[in-house]
Amino acid sequence: MRLLRNLSKDKLAMTSLAVIVVIVAVGVFAPLCAPHDPEEVNMKLRYASSSWSYWLGNDHLGRCVLSRLIYGIRPSVLWVMVALMISVLVGAVVGFIAGYFKGKADAWIMRLCDVMLSFPGYVMTLAVVGILGAGLEHILIAFVVMKWAWFARVIRTSVMQFSEMEYVKFAKASGIGSFRIITKHIIPVTFADVAVIASGSMCSMMLQISGLSFLGLGIQAPHAEWGMMLNETREVMFSRPELMLAPGLAIVIVVSAFNFLSDALQVALDPKLMTSTSQGKLRKKEVGKAVYEYSRG
Amino acid sequence: MLKVDGIEKSYKQGGLFSKQRLKILKKVAFECQHGECLGIIGESGSGKSTLGRLILGIEKPDRGRILFEGKNVNDRRVRRGSISAVFQNYTSSINPFLTVEEAIMEPLKAQKKVEPGMQIKVDTLLHQVGLDSSYRLKYPHELSGGEAQRVCIARAISTEPRCIVFDEAISSLDVSVQIQVLRLLKELKQFYQMSYVFITHDIQAAAYICDRVIIFRDGQIEEMVPIEQLKHVQSDYARRLLTYLITFQGEDQG
Amino acid sequence: MNIVEVKHLKIWDANTDKVIIHNSSFQVKQGSCLAIVGESGSGKSVTCRSIMRLNKPWLRQSGTILFKGEDINQLSEQEMRRRRGKNLCMILQNGMSAFDPACVIGVHIRETLQTHFDWNNKESERKIMSAMESVMLKNPQEILNQYPHQLSGGMLQRIMIALALVLEPDLIIADEPTTALDTISQYEVVEQLIRLRERMGCSMLFISHDLGVVQKIADEVMVMKDGAIVESGHIRSVFTKPKHAYTQYLVSTRLELSNHFRKLMRGGDTDAQGGWDRKVL
Repeated sequence: MRLLRNLSKDKLAMTSLAVIVVIVAVGVFAPLCAPHDPEEVNMKLRYASSSWSYWLGNDHLGRCVLSRLIYGIRPSVLWVMVALMISVLVGAVVGFIAGYFKGKADAWIMRLCDVMLSFPGYVMTLAVVGILGAGLEHILIAFVVMKWAWFARVIRTSVMQFSEMEYVKFAKASGIGSFRIITKHIIPVTFADVAVIASGSMCSMMLQISGLSFLGLGIQAPHAEWGMMLNETREVMFSRPELMLAPGLAIVIVVSAFNFLSDALQVALDPKLMTSTSQGKLRKKEVGKAVYEYSRG
Repeated sequence: MLKVDGIEKSYKQGGLFSKQRLKILKKVAFECQHGECLGIIGESGSGKSTLGRLILGIEKPDRGRILFEGKNVNDRRVRRGSISAVFQNYTSSINPFLTVEEAIMEPLKAQKKVEPGMQIKVDTLLHQVGLDSSYRLKYPHELSGGEAQRVCIARAISTEPRCIVFDEAISSLDVSVQIQVLRLLKELKQFYQMSYVFITHDIQAAAYICDRVIIFRDGQIEEMVPIEQLKHVQSDYARRLLTYLITFQGEDQG
Repeated sequence: MNIVEVKHLKIWDANTDKVIIHNSSFQVKQGSCLAIVGESGSGKSVTCRSIMRLNKPWLRQSGTILFKGEDINQLSEQEMRRRRGKNLCMILQNGMSAFDPACVIGVHIRETLQTHFDWNNKESERKIMSAMESVMLKNPQEILNQYPHQLSGGMLQRIMIALALVLEPDLIIADEPTTALDTISQYEVVEQLIRLRERMGCSMLFISHDLGVVQKIADEVMVMKDGAIVESGHIRSVFTKPKHAYTQYLVSTRLELSNHFRKLMRGGDTDAQGGWDRKVL
């Protein structure tokens, strides 16, 4: 696919993509990948260091750290992705309507977004969790409610910019319907922007969930979640710092991978890098030439 | 064929609840016949681009109507296949994700007229505008200015419309390319029996291709003359325009 | 005496290794106007920006650029900055983007004048207002308090010319100043540029693709194509008897449009030739 071809030029991007794909796969197939039951308490093995059967050692209740890490992918990464996609979808629909049709619809939608955005993020999340009770689903609902307005705003700006383009004017003049114009002309060009901001927000959402779990408001014991694992090791932070290493590193690696991927996506989805010839070696020179000539006008 | 009847258009200034309006077009009325090339000459800020957008049905006038063969141009079905346009900015006139072929086929697809023999049609169109078949698979950013504008023209004539609106279509091109495009447009008009609405600020270009011109100023029609009568314009503004024109002198004028 | 002498100028792109200007050599005589004509992509703007050394950082240049006998290609950036504005002034194509959109024109002009001269605010204002009046800008005080987006293209160009009047440079480089203007503004700006030269006796480097304007304002002309100079010489000889095929092509295509127009205007009317006297504003 064109996207993968473009990405393949960037080694960092490919590494990040590989990391994410592996982690997602492991998370989905957690029962097959995890060596032990994540909730199996074994008091004899409290704080054991790594051994052949327990690769990353055991935590304060003797549970296998590696298994908890693997099962922790599900809430920490997969559910966050789901929440993100719902949020982006809602924001995108609203943003497209506001940006393409403008006028009164735009004005009223934007006022609604202003109201939503005026609530401070963390405080609102805490408030929603306080009302609904602690738990992963409630946090994700809070996220969706908070974030959609931001996505709507950003997407609306992007859509407004692209609706002014002459090819959209031509399509309108030729009598093509609005829905078709949006799907054929506006969505492909704004997809790049949407992908970049979505992957960027992924990082902040993951960190927020981990943060809230660390505070004890997220997923409840005995389920595994990376932030909560960090919380549990808080008491022995100085005597056994290695226990913080596993979940901490996991969070850092995944968040960084999404960040790098987000940057690389922006370049890879640039339409000016498409060429009509598909010869590999010549492509770099041609791409450079094409972009140079295009910018020269 | 095209009748503009008492058009008025103004834009809102200020915020959501302000009542201030800026009048762009004030009671504009004219007609364009079959097979005629009508030029609309105006300076920047005169409102000619807004007029172009209204003729194309992209925006609605505040008052008055624009009728194409008796039917209101706002209706999408009236425009489909009958009216087309070529714009000034060729870099943003074609969707960067589409190849030349896909771009030319777009208005045809909208009319649901796509048949298996479409490739030949695209080839024919490209030949007619002076490009060869190898351009079919190119992307817009790989084309030069003149080539991109020719592709836009090919796209505009693909549905064999009865009227094409040119909104400063040649202003961004080099002068030597302008002449080629103007010649091409003349040929195509002859071949397809189309009418043109040629919006420009360049009087010489309008004089080259148009049969009748409207001098447009501040949202109103200043004067309307057939091109042979251009030297006999009456209004002050038109005379000023013609006096200030800087033209090129060759050998015989020394 | 030549005010600018460019010898063996080569400009290349350090990123793509593409050579933009191969080997250019030309000179501008003192007090004369050299026009550079060519189509887009021929390298006209790049050449002139290289004289001012204002090209993008990845465009490298080599060769000798003698300005009043001094090789400015070898000067340090600070030295060059002192020359810019005071000795070398540039008038750009798009007035809207030439001025800072976030502040009023007056602030931008005052900053420029304060960099090169030691005048106080009142003095600067007085000088610029008298310059603006001489370029036919009414209400200079009001204009100085407006933002660039509130003024038309023609007015912004005339403000740039007024600024050049005050700075009194030795060389003015005008990069397609009339391209983005409509007929009336174009005429006014060309008139002002001619007057500017008459008043100050400065030399000018005028870039354009419009042969008509060039014919009106320039003494000598240089035709560029794909980064190389194909023909140069006195304006009458180049335009009436072009030697190079490309120049002939440019002239003939431009003539086609003009002749058609002129025929239309003349068509039977006996006093048409003298009837369109060009009024000076």
